[in-house]
Amino acid sequence: MVEGQQYEDPGRPKVEAESVDFWYGPTQALFDVSMSVPARRVTALIGPSGCGKSTFLRTLNRMNDVIEGTRLAGRILIDGEDVYRAGTNVVALRKRVGMVFQKSNPFPKTIFENVAYGPRIHGTRNRAELIEIVEQSLIRAALWEEVKDRLDASAMGLSGGQQQRLCIARALAVDPEIILMDEPASALDPRSTARIEDLIDQLRVDYTIIIVTHNMQQAARVSDFTAFFFEGRLIEFGPTKQLFTTPTVKQTEDYITGRFG
Amino acid sequence: MGRPWVDATIAWLMRITTYAIVAVVAYIIFDIVVGGLPAISWEFVFGFPRRSGAEGGILPAIVGTLCLVLGTIAVALPLGMATAIYLSEYARRGRFTGMVRSAIVTLAGVPSIVFGLFGLGLFVLFLDMGASILAGSLTLACMVLPTIIVASEEAIQAVPQSLREGSLALGATKWETIRTNVLPYSIPGMLTGSILGIGRAAGETAPILLTVAAFYLPRLPRSVFDQVMALPYHLYVLATQHPEAEAVRPMQYGTALVLLLLVLGLSLAAILLRGRLRRKYRW
Ligand SMILES: Nc1ncnc2c1ncn2[C@@H]1O[C@H](COP(=O)(O)OP(=O)(O)OP(=O)(O)O)[C@@H](O)[C@H]1O
Ligand SMILES: [Mg+2]
Repeated sequence: MVEGQQYEDPGRPKVEAESVDFWYGPTQALFDVSMSVPARRVTALIGPSGCGKSTFLRTLNRMNDVIEGTRLAGRILIDGEDVYRAGTNVVALRKRVGMVFQKSNPFPKTIFENVAYGPRIHGTRNRAELIEIVEQSLIRAALWEEVKDRLDASAMGLSGGQQQRLCIARALAVDPEIILMDEPASALDPRSTARIEDLIDQLRVDYTIIIVTHNMQQAARVSDFTAFFFEGRLIEFGPTKQLFTTPTVKQTEDYITGRFG
Repeated sequence: MGRPWVDATIAWLMRITTYAIVAVVAYIIFDIVVGGLPAISWEFVFGFPRRSGAEGGILPAIVGTLCLVLGTIAVALPLGMATAIYLSEYARRGRFTGMVRSAIVTLAGVPSIVFGLFGLGLFVLFLDMGASILAGSLTLACMVLPTIIVASEEAIQAVPQSLREGSLALGATKWETIRTNVLPYSIPGMLTGSILGIGRAAGETAPILLTVAAFYLPRLPRSVFDQVMALPYHLYVLATQHPEAEAVRPMQYGTALVLLLLVLGLSLAAILLRGRLRRKYRW
């Protein structure tokens, strides 16, 4: 993280949540969450297990729509457009807002097919073009050198860390503007985790990244801004440095100093 | 509370029942093979019957059963798979899907002769198809639908949800996700379950008795509106209706053996197919 970078004017927010409430059937999981995520920065979501980090993350690309009986109130704006407005093209939204899951989920297809999957469904048919996209995406995801000789091998043969980077490459291949990561390194060993963190550091220049993490050091290392959630509410949001050194809310302080959670 | 002899006894009881089952299967197969092999010849398999089946071959019955199997597959497989896809991927869990599921379970428990009567009433008479391959295949299809739906649903549900989410998160539509990331991995299971079910149907007599099977028709079918002979019914006729039932015993065994081989062949094909497709997709 470049010193001072986080304080330069981030311009208009990329993602804005306005009084978001969210329900799984009868149980409410988010309460009145409002937050502005700046463009081309890394924003970390932290908080104890079950506090609604994943739920909030999944409202941003409407992945919660997949779950039966869910309901959202309030607004989620991306570049000022309400993504829950009737008539929103969810497919186009998810193309702009990529997602990397906690448990890497490569398709049981070849490495090439995994990365080419997104561009294909979005209409890229030209083989040469696909090859170019796959190569570029794998390079950006820092995986190219390891797999360039076995693009036609099954993705299931990769190590856990490689699989997760493949999933990142797969998300990059559709050229998103925002990348959501739900504990992308929680199942990985320290070396793979370090690689993912390096990768996030490189991607921050071009993408707006929102990352859920349980690891306080990781949040401090990779993020420019941090949001602390507790029991479905956003307790505190601010520049990472500030939040970790001089939290304004007692609960935040208790959490980051390890007094609960 | 260590009473090792209880454990040992239970293990032995289980072992004995398992062996008993294997013994029964082995005896049935042994009996049919020993009785049937002498009857098997080029003429028996590829010839036409003479003197109401007392002499000659069983080609029309073999072809008839093959036609019925293909017809059943053509009707039941797409219908069953579509239903399974709808139920597990699209339908919301509610009262309606609950009713559909109970209907499917009930259908699975209906005796095959009732399917025969139903086919006679609906396809043969009401829809005026007459006794025909079409009516018989449709009847058999109704009978195997529950098996196909249940097997297909299981296969679909075995595909991890994380793959669907991965695909959707890339902006794939629901159908694109199903087509590229659910069906390819579940089709092996769907096919295996379905073919096993259809193999069972191929050996059924009751459903075809009233809808397609001819007592004695020594020629090959020319269209789906023709009646045909069929192996299980031919076997039944030879064993119980034939004036010289004792004398045609080898023909009965031969027919039984051919039927057995056909059904086992189907199962084997299903298993090989599954193995091939499984190797392609693993997670
Ligand atoms: N599919 C679901 N159906 C019903 N309730 C759910 C569902 N998913 C999450 N919840 C509930 O919503 C609340 C928030 O869950 P969420 O997964 O967002 O927490 P989280 O902060 O991501 O936790 P973790 O750190 O353990 O991943 C929890 O109480 C959880 O039990
Ligand atoms: Mg979570």
